[in-house]
Amino acid sequence: MASVSVPAGGGRGRGLLARPTATTGFWSWFTTVDHKKIGILYGITSFAFFIVGGSEALLIRLQLARPDQNILKPSVYNEIFTMHGITMVFLVVMPLSAAFINFLVPLMIGARDVAFPRLNAFSYWVFLVGGIFIYSSWFLGGAPDGGWFGYAPNSVVDPSRGMTFYAIGLIITGIASTVSAVNLAVTILNMRAPGMTLFRMPVFVWMSLVVQLLLAFSLPIITVGLVELLFDRRFGTHFFDPAAGGDPVLWQHLFWLFGHPEVYILVLPAMGIVSEILPVFSRKPLFGYQFVVFSGIAIGFIGFGVWAHHMFAVGLGPVANTAFGISTMIIGVPTGVKIFNWLGTMWKGDIRFTTPMLFAIGFVAMFVIGGLSGVTHAVVPSDYQQTDTYYIVAHFHYVLFGGAIFGLFGGMYYWWPKVFGRMLSEKVGKLHFWMMLIGFNMTFGPMHILGLQGMPRRIQSYPASLGLDFWNLVSTIGSFTIALSVLIFIVNAVSSFRKPKGMEADPWDARTLEWSTTSPPPEYNFAEVPVVHSLDELWHRKYAETEGGRVVPVAAGGSGTEAHPPQGDGHGIHLPGPSYFPVLASIGFPVLGYGIIFNWPLAVAGVVILLTGLFGWALEPSAE
Amino acid sequence: MRKKTRVLLGVGALLLVAVACAPNATQSSLDPQGPYARKSYDLFVPVFWVAATIFFLVEGALLLIAIKYRHRKGRDRIPPQIHGNTRLEIAWTILPALILAGVSVPTVTTIFDLARKPAGEVMNVNVLGHQWWWEFDYPDQKIITANELHIPTGIPIYVTLCAVGNGYDHIPAPSVCEPGPPDGQPPAPVGNAVIHSFWVPELAGTQDVVPGRANTLLLQADHPGTYTGQCKEFCGLSHAYMKFTVVAQTPDDFAAWVRGQQADAAMPLSGSLAATGLNEFVNGACIQCHAIQGVEDPNGNPLVQNGGPNLTHFASRACFAGCILSTDEDNLRKWLDDPPAVKAGSWMPDYGLTPQQIDAIAAYLLTLK
Repeated sequence: MASVSVPAGGGRGRGLLARPTATTGFWSWFTTVDHKKIGILYGITSFAFFIVGGSEALLIRLQLARPDQNILKPSVYNEIFTMHGITMVFLVVMPLSAAFINFLVPLMIGARDVAFPRLNAFSYWVFLVGGIFIYSSWFLGGAPDGGWFGYAPNSVVDPSRGMTFYAIGLIITGIASTVSAVNLAVTILNMRAPGMTLFRMPVFVWMSLVVQLLLAFSLPIITVGLVELLFDRRFGTHFFDPAAGGDPVLWQHLFWLFGHPEVYILVLPAMGIVSEILPVFSRKPLFGYQFVVFSGIAIGFIGFGVWAHHMFAVGLGPVANTAFGISTMIIGVPTGVKIFNWLGTMWKGDIRFTTPMLFAIGFVAMFVIGGLSGVTHAVVPSDYQQTDTYYIVAHFHYVLFGGAIFGLFGGMYYWWPKVFGRMLSEKVGKLHFWMMLIGFNMTFGPMHILGLQGMPRRIQSYPASLGLDFWNLVSTIGSFTIALSVLIFIVNAVSSFRKPKGMEADPWDARTLEWSTTSPPPEYNFAEVPVVHSLDELWHRKYAETEGGRVVPVAAGGSGTEAHPPQGDGHGIHLPGPSYFPVLASIGFPVLGYGIIFNWPLAVAGVVILLTGLFGWALEPSAE
Repeated sequence: MRKKTRVLLGVGALLLVAVACAPNATQSSLDPQGPYARKSYDLFVPVFWVAATIFFLVEGALLLIAIKYRHRKGRDRIPPQIHGNTRLEIAWTILPALILAGVSVPTVTTIFDLARKPAGEVMNVNVLGHQWWWEFDYPDQKIITANELHIPTGIPIYVTLCAVGNGYDHIPAPSVCEPGPPDGQPPAPVGNAVIHSFWVPELAGTQDVVPGRANTLLLQADHPGTYTGQCKEFCGLSHAYMKFTVVAQTPDDFAAWVRGQQADAAMPLSGSLAATGLNEFVNGACIQCHAIQGVEDPNGNPLVQNGGPNLTHFASRACFAGCILSTDEDNLRKWLDDPPAVKAGSWMPDYGLTPQQIDAIAAYLLTLK
């Protein structure tokens, strides 16, 4: 049995390559299978894409700041807004949520790693190469320019190579998400510590589980669509060509049957984060834990039955429009339940306005707006006017930025000390929050008005005669305010590393297991696998309730005390060893992708790389 | 600090309402000018107020709770651990459900209302979405025009929508909108047609234009006037430049307009610059795509419309090129000189016309009242 670090020279196993040995240092990041390091990799990568996608947003806002501008010509503008959407959905919010899920879920359920650690590394590397593949299109004949929704037949007849990159790139990132969905669902179902029953799991873990199931069931649908699109573009099939018996609306069904669950894939992790933060800083348990969990599950189920509300204007007929209008209203109910339960959590609490708490409250406040404007879309005849206008752009940014991004930033402030052992500055953090809140509302609030005033989406410019100038300018100013607030966050993040490490295990007086181990946690997470007795396990170790409902601290409870030493020496703990093969196998995908686009021998090379990686992986013991 | 932001948000919401009611926007869904647009609007407004009420209640509760239960210095008491309240939670599950059930009733009736073809008199128009301009075909009046849709006030217009390819890719396909070509000609090619969406917010909600399908839409104007619209579904390079106007006229004015449009094109005086232009037109590339009723090609056959707008009464329309240019000599010169420079991706290429040719053709086109 190996100890934590594999002894040097002990690497020559039965595999294709000598087993990597380093667990620290630059190169160790390429071979690591530690869920915490992979979580950090996801976080850094998706934040880098956030900067890129955000810069694209700024270019869009610059172009639209004044009427009749031509800063970006139409061809470039279409590439930019398409890449902004693809980036933010597939390369920012999804992997940023994956960063939290990867890092936190094993810690929250008292596990030492995920169920399949090398598969976890593979997911990350496939996601990374998929993102790079899509972005390489800028230099190889033009970026995708048919919208992130890639409506056929425009995405088929589009002469630029971009939409082929789109189809292949999203298939690659889809593989990453599917693999990690299976991995994390198995982890949550099978790797829980003794006593960690399903209904003792933190809400974040519950939401992560729902998201993994949504991914596992929805990604195959878009993959079918993407393969058909690729075949139409590259091999002359006619899936979406009505002249040959195909149907353009088929693409829309496939896309949105994925695309709507995707919305919940993007926002449920943030809802989970908020459900962790609000109780800690209200010093109360989550109000109606079961209701919140069940409404999350309900959202996941109903989320598969509302897709055609993206298609009210397609001409599906009054019966279909009625059915999807009503199902869309129904999904508003469990969403509303969550809002009320969050309010209930804060009610009668002892609320401390730390930065994570501000972001969580900001999430609730902004998500209410996005939810309410969502209800106006369910009113189908009203949506006949709003669909494909800036009103929709406003709506989903309130859900995905005011919702998901605010929640994720809250999570960053909250778990930063756990991940890096250092605090982010609260002072700078609050400045970040207020600037972002103001900038966000300046940017996206006016878009409601613009949409109702008749500004369609995805237009490269608008004439002065429509009277849209003022709010567009406000929106542009708002977007740069957001950019400034993100810069402030970066400064905060970078300067946190100049502080000494050595954060206590539980700086926020938190409630869940990840705070019972050191900050940052050791590679093996827990020296002793915790035994769980209740929901909010850590809180119950620290406090007890008297008969009268008064809360009293337990002597010698909590983390980092003599009773529960968080840090053993880790001796004898069996951990999976690092591996070269996940990263090697992942490189096969983009090579195969370039091969399909440019040159068939290259495709063969891609398959060979992939198979070599998988072969070596199969022969390599999971640990030596 | 929170309070300030709340106040800001409140002011913002009020501004939204105020601006939403401002009358000066010209393509606004908040300024319905006919019964069908009004149906959407009459649902939006009450739902907006319901949503606004819930907004103020929920955000108000959030603000109140945040202020009332904020941590105060020196207090170290941990609040009672309330785990929930089943009754309360059932109540706030049922209450939104009831509100939504209430909203759903008028929603459903209006959906079916808007989908029903009216029993009385209607006027049929086929609307054809091209990359990136709109063509209007009046099957009963036998008129084909572009960019400017003329309608009579007071009666419903029953629009059939179809998407057509650009004419360079002849794949015969069944098209429900029988467009320009006279009997015996193949129907419009669907080939590389893409999805558009027809939207003139003051007269009706939007309806997508999907290749291979014939969607329908009802619109109607109460009063004479000009209403602007544009393509709402991303349709490629010049999506932003696919506009049109609807000109609503009294029934008498409309009838007069129909008679004018049914007539053959005006013939220029021989020897004029316009006559030179006509000569350039029929002997050049123009007739590959464009038709002018009453004009013959060098072989004596009538011109066949093949992908480009019908130009018979070109100069009677206030705008051209997807309604991004007003019809005047300067704009026409600019366009003829290099169409893709004016409108990215234009299917009409730069034919390298000489300035003399441009002057002549522009002069001719402007005679086509």
